[in-house]
Amino acid sequence: MSETTVAPAEQEVAAPQEEWKGQSLPRKEDRRLVQGQGVFVDDVKRHNMGFAHFVRSPYAHAKIRSIDVSKALEAPGVIGTLTGDEVATLTDPFFQLSTPPGSQIKDYALAVGRARFVGDPVAIVVAESRELARDAAELVEVDYEPLPPITDARRALDDGAPVLHDEAGTNLVWEGVYEWGSWDEAVAEADRIVKISELHFDRFNSTPLETDGALVEYNAGTGQWTIHANNQFPGFAVIMMGPAMRCGIDKLRFVTQDIGGGFGNKITSHPQLVAICLLARKLRRPIQWTEWRTEFHLSMSHGNERWFHDVEVAVKDDGTLLGFRTKALDDAGAFTRYEPLGGVIWAQVTPGMYRWRNVRLEFTQVVTNKAPVSPNRGYSRLQHLWFTERVIDIVAHQLGLDPVAVRKRNYIRADEMPYTTPNGCIYDSGDYARMLDTALELIGYDRLDERRREVEGRGKLFGFGIGSTLDSGTNNFGQSRLINPELQFSGNNEVATVKLDIFGEIVVTIGTTPQGQSHETTAAMVVADILGVSPDDVNVRAGHDSYWNSHAGFSGTYASQFAVTGLGAVKGAADRLAADIKKIAAAVLGADGPDGIVLEGGFAKRADMPEAALPFMAVGAIVNANNAVLPEDAREITLNQRYVYVPPFQIPDTEKKYGNLTLTYAAQVHVALVEVDPETGVYEIVEHAAVDDCGKRIHPQIVEGQVMGATAHGLGAATHETFTYDEDGNLLTPNFYDYHVPHAMDVPPLKTGFVESPSPFTALGTKGMGEGGGAAIHAVCAALQDALRGAGGAIVHESCNPPHRVWGLLSDPESSRRRVEVVPA
Amino acid sequence: MRVETSSRIRVTVNGTAYERDVETRRLLIHFLRDDLDLTGSHIGCDTGNCGACSVLLDGTLVKSCMLLAVQADGASIETVEGLSEGDELSPLQQAFRDRHALQCGYCTPGMLMSATALLARNPRPSEAEIRKGLQGNICRCTGYWNIIKAVQQASGQEVAE
Repeated sequence: MSETTVAPAEQEVAAPQEEWKGQSLPRKEDRRLVQGQGVFVDDVKRHNMGFAHFVRSPYAHAKIRSIDVSKALEAPGVIGTLTGDEVATLTDPFFQLSTPPGSQIKDYALAVGRARFVGDPVAIVVAESRELARDAAELVEVDYEPLPPITDARRALDDGAPVLHDEAGTNLVWEGVYEWGSWDEAVAEADRIVKISELHFDRFNSTPLETDGALVEYNAGTGQWTIHANNQFPGFAVIMMGPAMRCGIDKLRFVTQDIGGGFGNKITSHPQLVAICLLARKLRRPIQWTEWRTEFHLSMSHGNERWFHDVEVAVKDDGTLLGFRTKALDDAGAFTRYEPLGGVIWAQVTPGMYRWRNVRLEFTQVVTNKAPVSPNRGYSRLQHLWFTERVIDIVAHQLGLDPVAVRKRNYIRADEMPYTTPNGCIYDSGDYARMLDTALELIGYDRLDERRREVEGRGKLFGFGIGSTLDSGTNNFGQSRLINPELQFSGNNEVATVKLDIFGEIVVTIGTTPQGQSHETTAAMVVADILGVSPDDVNVRAGHDSYWNSHAGFSGTYASQFAVTGLGAVKGAADRLAADIKKIAAAVLGADGPDGIVLEGGFAKRADMPEAALPFMAVGAIVNANNAVLPEDAREITLNQRYVYVPPFQIPDTEKKYGNLTLTYAAQVHVALVEVDPETGVYEIVEHAAVDDCGKRIHPQIVEGQVMGATAHGLGAATHETFTYDEDGNLLTPNFYDYHVPHAMDVPPLKTGFVESPSPFTALGTKGMGEGGGAAIHAVCAALQDALRGAGGAIVHESCNPPHRVWGLLSDPESSRRRVEVVPA
Repeated sequence: MRVETSSRIRVTVNGTAYERDVETRRLLIHFLRDDLDLTGSHIGCDTGNCGACSVLLDGTLVKSCMLLAVQADGASIETVEGLSEGDELSPLQQAFRDRHALQCGYCTPGMLMSATALLARNPRPSEAEIRKGLQGNICRCTGYWNIIKAVQQASGQEVAE
């Protein structure tokens, strides 16, 4: 056996450039990840840990008469159990965001008295190994009394429909009317009204490859839990968990290093984390829990399924869009774990990319016997933007107009930015028409007719479609008050610390929980520019730890905001550290105040005499270990700066439902080309183009990577991915065997492009980005509808169109066309 | 009555010999991750679809969740931890880094092992062959486009920009 002594890695980045921002540098994260040295939650181990396995309901809806764990407790290797009754004794129901009736829902870490979806956890068994825990879980005897389920949200409010939550007395969670401008005026000005009876956005999620998990340790002496987990929004998790567990939030220490994808789906794991915390305390052992893939599909974080009924669009004959009204119906699944926020989040992008000023939307959210929903990449805006895009193309189809021309006629124009939407949101910057032109050029729009003829010559149908969407980022949490005016949330925040340590090390911590978004790399670039060093000199701690004191109430990685909130915090802290360093150097070098110092190449130098220079190591050493040399007025300097970035938000007007709900608006325009077999409905996306505008790009390669990833999610959602339930509430797509996500052979040739419209509202001109997958979903829908023009002219009315649905549209175009009607205004 | 069985197995992983008692039903991936603490190989599904656990078993690409540890008795296994020499990344690892072929990095170990197996049997694969060679590995972050480019780069071929 030989031993190797490994020297520290050499500098990887070339000599300092003019500015690091804007360059595609090698990612800091990659070196460990390509060597299998990442630390994901299931990699965390502790001596004597027990393995948890959940017992789950096989029924969509059932009364739990009793649970008997005695046989499980006698099984080999079993350490203990937890049941819903214990949970109901030891904890309080989770805080609900809704007003009544939704607020009456009682949600616990395990099912109490009743199971409400297939996969609802009713008990947990902990054993010495994963296998023994799973064996023993089968010995838990649960006496169920099956109840009729409700699986179609459209029937959830019918008289006599089974009610999930007796306390609420109804399946209604929340309803509200949003109205801006005047529908009557839109009608008065319009030539025609286009009516669409029903559009349906499917239930799916982006299924991160790593499932949920935790390793929880309980310190009996301090009453503190250390939760190694992959929850992506610890700020929200502790707000939910602390009150439920009857403890202060400082008792809940969250630790994360690497997370294997999140996409919003890892925001609502707080019930499971509470259950594991209770077991760690009860059994006085570290408890390990890793969700199985099938459990994830059955029970976690489905995207909101939404219907749009009684759609009416006021339009002029030239394609000018004046307004729309509709009734949106949202299926939350069995519990409201982040809901009913989906009932307002869509309003960030009320008019989509278009100039219509008159909007009325009646929103209703209900519970059903399906897995609870939670945010999924593009959360709630995805559904709404698909709706606005579908409306554009259906209007164009019905009036015989060109979808490109209709978009250009109605897009908000670059010279109108910043643009205030009918509901008071402010689109910061953008040039949507230019983005569309860029996408059309990428796809070879001028040669499209030729291509169509070639494809049709082969007996296929050819389709071209556009999807244009917004990725609104940096939430104003004050929008929660449009759901419930009593809620005391508003604004947003993120925290970073930057310090210069004793040997001149620059150390950065951030409150975020990245899942592939490259925060270590981009944060280092921002700090390097400010301190005049290389990104290699900047050590950004991987992951999140509540004990670093670098987090605030909204800390996490979600909702397209890092480039604004995270980097805003990093910039703020680095600016303050730079000021500290200059102050020390000025004192030591006898400069004429801090302004007489420049930071360059790891030195603080006198601007007027560059040979008078202090290396950062000396600065760090003086403050940390030799501070008696400092003059009195420099002794308060710590070289350890913490900055909380707070975006400039106001509380929205809850009466008018008016106000700015997000700070930045990244935009996407996608174009898809499809070839459809008219006999079978099998189709291929033969080419796809994605153009993104997220303002100033800190790292173009990372931005493009996010665009690609979001595109793949959109393509998966457009072509295959649905959580389909049968009428008894059984999930028919409970794993990757049945739930088909794109594989390497499925993704089409992709061309990417960009437009850069810096945000006037952010510290670096950046916009949050990464959730632009909705454009891809719609581009495929539009391309299919275009292809079907020559084969019956069906109207695409669902977001997910696997070949069997396309075949349905081909074989019976009439029933889809009956959904649409054009009447004179 | 449940009968517990275990067997003593000998395997070589990345050049190191191990001898362990394992439960007969223990999956190879759990043996690698839990018993040998080689946590580079991951688990992303229950059904053999995702490929995050891919390793080479006597030179053959396998999904280590689809084998029992006892089936590997006597075998030589290569995992992601064995790809680089010390801290020097292999050309394939370097290409993944250069091409931004990973984001969260969870699928990456399996993807690298599949690509390693592909290049071993086909040193200059076409794009179609790369896609086919990686079809057993799910990546939910990248959409595969940059992974395909990385494999092209690692095989010394021109990369379509």
